Amino acid sequence: MRNVFKTAIIGTLALAGVGVGGLMAANAAGGSSDYKMKHMHWHFDGWRGTYDRAAMQRGYQVYREVCASCHQLKYVAFRHLGDKGGPYYDDHYPNPNDNPYVKAFAADWTVEEVDLDTGDIIERPAIPADMFPPIYPNAAAAAASNGGAVPPDLSVMVKARTGGADYVYNVLTSYDKDDNYMNKAMGIKIAMANPLSDGLVEYADTEYTDKDGKVHIIKAPEATVDQMAKDVTEFLAWAADPKMEQRKSLGLATMLYLLILTILLWFSYKAVWRNVEH
Amino acid sequence: MSDHTDNSHEHIDEDKRDFIYIATGAAAAVGAGALAWPLVMQMGKAADTLAAGSIEIDLSKISEGQQLKMLWRGKPVFVRHRTPAEISEAESVDIAQLKDPQTDDERLMPTPDGKLDPKYLVMVGVCTHFGCVPVGEQGKVDAQGEYGGWYCPCHGSHYDTSGRIRKGPAPTNLEIPAYTYISDTVIKVG
Amino acid sequence: MSGHPSTYEPKYAPTKWLDKRLPIIRMGADFMTYPSPRNLNYWWTFGGILTLCLMTQIITGIILAMHYVPHVDLAFESVQRIKRDVPFGWLIQPMHAVGASMFFFAVYIHMFRGLYYGSYKAPREMVWLFGCVIYLIMMATGFLGYTLPWGQMSFWGATVITGFFGAVPVVGESLQQWLLGGFAVDNPTLNRFFALHYLLPFVIAALVGLHVWAMHHAGQNNPIGIEPKSKKDTLAFHPFYTVKDAFAVGVFLLVFAFFVFYQPDALGHADNYIEADPMKTPEHIVPEWYFLPFYAILRAVPDKLMGILLMVAAIAVLFILPWLDTSKVRSMRFRPVTRRWFILFVIACFILGWCGAGNPDDIAIPFGEDKGITFLLLARVATAFYFAFFLLILPIMGMIEKPKERPESITKAVLGGAE
Repeated sequence: MRNVFKTAIIGTLALAGVGVGGLMAANAAGGSSDYKMKHMHWHFDGWRGTYDRAAMQRGYQVYREVCASCHQLKYVAFRHLGDKGGPYYDDHYPNPNDNPYVKAFAADWTVEEVDLDTGDIIERPAIPADMFPPIYPNAAAAAASNGGAVPPDLSVMVKARTGGADYVYNVLTSYDKDDNYMNKAMGIKIAMANPLSDGLVEYADTEYTDKDGKVHIIKAPEATVDQMAKDVTEFLAWAADPKMEQRKSLGLATMLYLLILTILLWFSYKAVWRNVEH
Repeated sequence: MSDHTDNSHEHIDEDKRDFIYIATGAAAAVGAGALAWPLVMQMGKAADTLAAGSIEIDLSKISEGQQLKMLWRGKPVFVRHRTPAEISEAESVDIAQLKDPQTDDERLMPTPDGKLDPKYLVMVGVCTHFGCVPVGEQGKVDAQGEYGGWYCPCHGSHYDTSGRIRKGPAPTNLEIPAYTYISDTVIKVG
Repeated sequence: MSGHPSTYEPKYAPTKWLDKRLPIIRMGADFMTYPSPRNLNYWWTFGGILTLCLMTQIITGIILAMHYVPHVDLAFESVQRIKRDVPFGWLIQPMHAVGASMFFFAVYIHMFRGLYYGSYKAPREMVWLFGCVIYLIMMATGFLGYTLPWGQMSFWGATVITGFFGAVPVVGESLQQWLLGGFAVDNPTLNRFFALHYLLPFVIAALVGLHVWAMHHAGQNNPIGIEPKSKKDTLAFHPFYTVKDAFAVGVFLLVFAFFVFYQPDALGHADNYIEADPMKTPEHIVPEWYFLPFYAILRAVPDKLMGILLMVAAIAVLFILPWLDTSKVRSMRFRPVTRRWFILFVIACFILGWCGAGNPDDIAIPFGEDKGITFLLLARVATAFYFAFFLLILPIMGMIEKPKERPESITKAVLGGAE
């Protein structure tokens, strides 16, 4: 009996192993040239990984000041920035619509709306409930402004490319020195010119007051291409999977519970079958 | 099944086994309960529904005797710019005779200077009987019911110029939404 | 539903009353006391696990349908909304998506178990046939469901699969466009796929009822393939097999939960996070992992119609399996030669899955520089073996193989220490 059980486990694992192996083979296809993808250690890696809040906040700044001139985040709302697990979450504002950072960031954008008196399209500052607004009125306009290529939406970009966060980071940091459009990670010339250059954005120092009322100043890192790429990738990873932290913490509780239940079931099984030859 | 023998050793084992069965059953029940929670709660209001909960209305654009209808949380909100006659009628009612006693003042929210402005009556335009939208447009006298306010055509509830139930099956007055004046002429509902 | 004498006796007036009119409690009680062979091993727990999978998919699916919008402009967005804004949508959506993979994982083990222990042989042909129909409808349901998130893989998967029908001679194109409700995969397609995806699981549930009925009528097979002869050979389903199944379910759920919480996207494909674009096909389209072996068979032939026929045949051959295997011995435990062929067959299935994931012209097994066996060649060899196993090996081995000596009864086998 014990042997059969062992075979069962090994067989199950082998099946799973081949399944995953097949997937990897499927995913490994593509990729090109001699460029070697750089594998990064992300703060959100692993079974207890979380998003690095400071990096996400800097990443939002990079998105706002650089990426947002062409790329939308259409499945993200401003209020999401203040959600639990988001870059600007604050215990004091469980409702992200009240979060002053979120309000200020929203107001920094304009959205279109129909004036109910005249029927005209008017612009107003965004509120936390609004989604990130479109950059171009339509796909044709987006293509026309970008040499025929529509800049893709970034909401789920980190999930939409094999390699995930590593891929996004590598694309942003692998432009050819002599050719602004030659992307080495993708192995082709792309429509997006190298968007980052050292010192492109100005990271501000942040300060926070600790429990004793002491004010600490956290020095901002230097805004190198590498740093900005890392930060914006951290932000986009959150945008693509905003519930990751919740999922992982519930996952831990669930796995522990299931483990205990399974052990109890094992003992119940042993007790029921105690005098039965099989 | 096993043969039951009467020695005490077997009794102890029996207790141990019962404990395991009960513990297993309890653990499974707890898990099923915990699983039911998300499966039930998913039907509640989603985050985007909760967030899109407020509108702003410019009162200055409503002329005297007119009513503005706006959609708020999927229901119409009535904003009535009442005439002096309608206001005095609303204020002169003896509230003791009402089904849902409320003074007209109790149905208004304070302006930024702390006073009440009886000119503007803001209500959720949903009959408290079974949820139809009452009629009450200015100029159609017979559409305003017997008390000159609103009339619900579904089951014949009559509301007065303060939106209070006066006749018919509706149990309570028309609901006043939570709103605030964000300037002298602009209110924010929700 | 079960073919054993009922031992249920209603104790109270209301249950007595009910038992005369609708013996539904009796049915449940008989189910619980059903005599099962005492030597069933862990491979037999997958029936219970599959029941759980079906229930999980139906419950989470109904919930997702409350929030999903089957429209080409809104489908992708509504899935994002489920994951971001719907309370616990971030949990329920991956449960359904991962659940589909877990369902197929369990059904494949269940099928290989049936093959190994000869559970398809007389008098259990109907059990096997219903199983094959269930598997076929599961494949349809899985495919239809994969279309719904309206990502690039959804769209192009639907385009390719419905293209199969276009290969039918003469009426192919009309048939395909009738299925699609248009010239190409579009909103009408998405709408009908959603309707059918909602319907089919209930058809599966009904067929599972028939599958279990047929099994209870014929009695369960067991690892030695010898029918129970006396009461000693069997145990009541409850508590013996309910508790064993429950333990196996616990282990299964641990694997399930691991994927849901820590690797929700590992079994999917990145391209399905790009909204469907009828103007652009992804570079490398592959089906979900559970269809890969059939995809490899499809591509093993350079002809459109022949490829499809071969793929259909790969499933059709399962339906006639009970009449292909000529051996009187059920369990492979007593068929030493066929047992080896069976192991090779399982390996061939995995190789087919591997080939389905690869690019046909890429090198699968390299010999030195730039030379080796391509996935295409490997797939052809594995496909040939797949069919040979059913059409040649099983019929011939049944006639020429000398089976090992078999124990007289289950009790003898258990007590005699024959494994």
